Amino acid sequence: MRTETIAAVATAMSNAGISIVRISGSEAIDIISKIFKPKNKDKDIKKANSHTIHYGYIIDGSITIDEVLVLIMKGPNSYTREDIVEIDCHGGVTVTKRILETVLKYGARAAEPGEFTKRAFLNGRIDLSQAEAVIDIINSKNEYALNNAMNQLKGNILTKVKDIRENILHDIAYIEAALDDPEHISLEYFSEELLIHINDNQKELRRLLDSADNGRILKEGIKTVILGKPNAGKSSLLNILVGDERAIVTDIAGTTRDTLEESININGISLNIVDTAGIRDTEDVVEKIGVDKAKSFANFADLIIYVVDGSTTLDKNDREIIEMIKDKKAIILLNKTDLDIITREEDLRKYLTQPIVLISAKENKGIDILENLLKDMFFNGEISFNDEVYITNIRHKEALKESINSLEQVEKSIEDNMPEDFYSIDLMNAYEELGHIIGESVEDDLVNKIFHEFCMGK
Amino acid sequence: MSYIYEDYDVVVVGAGHAGCEAALACARLSLNTICFTVSMDSIALMPCNPNIGGSSKGHLVREIDALGGEMGKNIDKTYIQSKMLNQSKGPAVHSLRAQADKQDYSREMRLTLENTPNLTLKQAEIVEILIEDNRITGVKTYSGAIYPCKAVILTTGTYLNARCVYGDVSNYTGPNGLSSAKFLTDSLKNLGIEMYRFKTGTPARIDKRSIDFSKMEEQLGDENIVPFSFTNKQEDIKKEQVSCWLTYTNETTHEIIRANINRSPLYSGDIKGTGPRYCPSIEDKVVRFSDKERHQVFIEPEGNYTNEMYVGGMSSSLPEDVQYNMYRSVAGLENAKIVRNAYAIEYDCINPNQLKATLEFKNIHGLYSAGQFNGSSGYEEAAAQGLIAGINASLSILNKDPIVLNRSEAYIGVLIDDLVTKENHEPYRMMTSRAEYRLILRQDNADLRLTKIGYQAGLIDQKRYDNLILKEKQIEEEIIRLENTNIGATKEVQKLLESLDSTLLKTGTTLAELVKRPELDYYLIAPIDNKRPELSEEVIEQVNINIKYDGYIKRQLKQAEHFKKLENKIIPEDIDYENIQSLRLEAKQKLARIRPLSIGQASRISGVSPADISVLLVYMEQLKRG
Repeated sequence: MRTETIAAVATAMSNAGISIVRISGSEAIDIISKIFKPKNKDKDIKKANSHTIHYGYIIDGSITIDEVLVLIMKGPNSYTREDIVEIDCHGGVTVTKRILETVLKYGARAAEPGEFTKRAFLNGRIDLSQAEAVIDIINSKNEYALNNAMNQLKGNILTKVKDIRENILHDIAYIEAALDDPEHISLEYFSEELLIHINDNQKELRRLLDSADNGRILKEGIKTVILGKPNAGKSSLLNILVGDERAIVTDIAGTTRDTLEESININGISLNIVDTAGIRDTEDVVEKIGVDKAKSFANFADLIIYVVDGSTTLDKNDREIIEMIKDKKAIILLNKTDLDIITREEDLRKYLTQPIVLISAKENKGIDILENLLKDMFFNGEISFNDEVYITNIRHKEALKESINSLEQVEKSIEDNMPEDFYSIDLMNAYEELGHIIGESVEDDLVNKIFHEFCMGK
Repeated sequence: MSYIYEDYDVVVVGAGHAGCEAALACARLSLNTICFTVSMDSIALMPCNPNIGGSSKGHLVREIDALGGEMGKNIDKTYIQSKMLNQSKGPAVHSLRAQADKQDYSREMRLTLENTPNLTLKQAEIVEILIEDNRITGVKTYSGAIYPCKAVILTTGTYLNARCVYGDVSNYTGPNGLSSAKFLTDSLKNLGIEMYRFKTGTPARIDKRSIDFSKMEEQLGDENIVPFSFTNKQEDIKKEQVSCWLTYTNETTHEIIRANINRSPLYSGDIKGTGPRYCPSIEDKVVRFSDKERHQVFIEPEGNYTNEMYVGGMSSSLPEDVQYNMYRSVAGLENAKIVRNAYAIEYDCINPNQLKATLEFKNIHGLYSAGQFNGSSGYEEAAAQGLIAGINASLSILNKDPIVLNRSEAYIGVLIDDLVTKENHEPYRMMTSRAEYRLILRQDNADLRLTKIGYQAGLIDQKRYDNLILKEKQIEEEIIRLENTNIGATKEVQKLLESLDSTLLKTGTTLAELVKRPELDYYLIAPIDNKRPELSEEVIEQVNINIKYDGYIKRQLKQAEHFKKLENKIIPEDIDYENIQSLRLEAKQKLARIRPLSIGQASRISGVSPADISVLLVYMEQLKRG
């Protein structure tokens, strides 16, 4: 069962500086006591005073994860007015994620979008004037999470989660139909059959969990979209970025193949180029995918790379793109410096304030400047990936683990010869957890399934 | 001509299972009550199946009894067979079901009503509900008599604009040819109430003498009877029981149905009402589950003083000649004489989303409704709502707080919450899978859950309340005793464990730990528990269940705690959803229509997302601080 103690990464997910994992709720101190080994062995973190800092290590069993500072702030003198524990760790996406996952493993649940702020407000910590802002945070984060989760969870993962859910629901419906109409439907020998189903489902879920561990459920990285009018040089640019030592990280077949996204690693920074296939198949991206689609990509991108053909004048396509990216994080590449320049840097400056880099994709000039610019922007924190992608990934893993646990509990109930109605409690839990991944709640699924598949009643 | 007849506190319209409970509750809470029926001979009529209870419905009856209602007591007086279903399964799904002598049931209930102080029965059709400034002022009968009153409870069952149909025969009557109520729907529509049209059906009744029981399997009642009412003991109600019989349809039956399906008004489109999925007609079963070779048919007596037998599982609206062939194709029914034909019935009911959880209309103060009129189905569902509507109408007149049971307290809470919150497009039947916290909503602990609430409402007397408090205390003390009684690995203990195929002890343990073992229970470990106090069977049952399923029960209690937190976040009644700019349009519309009582209820409305709930919470906090 999920608790009311929540956790999240409080700082931006980047490779720079220090990251903070924050826990809030009545079990926060209990959880930290299980995963924190103070440097001073005599210290008992449970007995620590409010507003104190402690030096030591985050551990998961016998494994040490990171050297950290732990801050204890007891409610009501905290941001949410609940007990809060903050773990200051050594930055870095991987370590921060590991720490968050460890916190979740020991009893917290991943915070919903905007949940810390929401609690702070509801518990009277935030001023009334900020209420609208609180709502905005909740809405925007939620919208982002929903859009991303659904956009990126296409194809096989979605189908697999749906299939497993459907199988589980069928088994629950069978049990429930039999409980509701015992003179009609018998549960004799059903537990043997159920055990087989559970094993199959667990196998599938473990496989999904493995792919989640490899970051393959949701793409993590800077979501980047390359825009430009036909023949501006987007393909050449992409080929250069991909070429040489920088190989395209091809997705493992069957996991995210149809998300139309590819990762490129530049100086250790992952860029996820959206709709690469579309861009590579045709020069004319705006025309091909349509202005609306391009707009929505631009909206959800962490970074836009706008390629301008310097050998021509700015046309209708350019004006649409300029309008679209005006207030967005973007880098403008003025391409074709090898030819006679018609559109100049100052022509673009009239409309755009973002950095402009002069390149020649054909002659491979200026690319190093682009790469350095990317690196600077990233480490200055000017571009970062929306944390929600990371968090969503972690939430998915949490849901997968919970559903596996629930199925294990059913196995145990069968072994213990518990009555069948107990099985459906844990099966339902697994069903609900998997619903979190694909954004579906339970509602009347079960009753509908029972009526659909079983001839009920007299 | 209309004229003022007589004043009452409460008017109940209809004397079916909902109306009887509603009228009794009001009268017992000292309110001057009148109950109208279109026929004095149809009080607490059972126009369909001859039984009370069954899976999850049995829970409802136990809960009605625990709150001080009548249904449990009435069936205990008039049952002719009793069975606890699902006994091999967990305690949460044990469910009582009793066959009733229908006429006895009806007569006994009528007697109770007739002899209850403050209660008047009257045969008349109500044609108009009178309101002023959205507040009930009275009702008017067909003859023009006006009865001024403070509250009206509508329990019209399947009688509103009822039409009975089989084949191309169609009668504008209520069940069993009783006259329908033809005018009230219009009055309700004039009040702005949204109406639905639902459909249900019943099978034929067959003459016992024409049935060959040798071709059927006999279905006996239980030897140990559990009464429905917590006020009865087994020995109070034990009697000789009658049998039911099981037979099956076959390919010939299905062939007959398939060949004539176009003559069914359900398929020709003559019937437009929505039927229940859980209780399909035999033609529905054959069409929808065409791969099934046979369907069960239960032959059940309608009572001790009649030869009529109910053919459970074969409700139908096929024409008379097809019915004749269809029933006669079933093993044992080859020579069956049909006493009453099967028929489908269509009737008007309301969209129950218009009600508060108190069962009062949101827009009309003092107007309540219950039962099939609210879009539910079943005697038990009706009675449960009738009781709650009666209690709340009375408490409102007495200026007291209403009683709303939540989903973690009672099946009744689940039933009413589903009706008033969710979209419902078919007659609603209680099901155990609808209850999220069923491990704590057991039929055996209905009194522990609800009798205190019944006492607060005023329907439970002091003696019954005191007994309950004593029972609670005994259960608690015995659990503590078992948890604190250590036992060592003595010869005697090991011997007992060995004889019960249970793992031998390596170290000491407690009696409670032994009860928890799947292969053991409270009863089996008696030989090694020498300080066991004298306790009633009911107390022992609770001790055993609570210890055995401790882990699961605690888990559900914890979930229920969390659930209750959201139920207790009450949304201000005058909230204007239009004003909450950040709510999505769909959520705004749904919330404005349902007007949920609490954040918990709001979260169960389909189309309201968790983000909408967060926005709503923040908005409420703004209002509070505003």
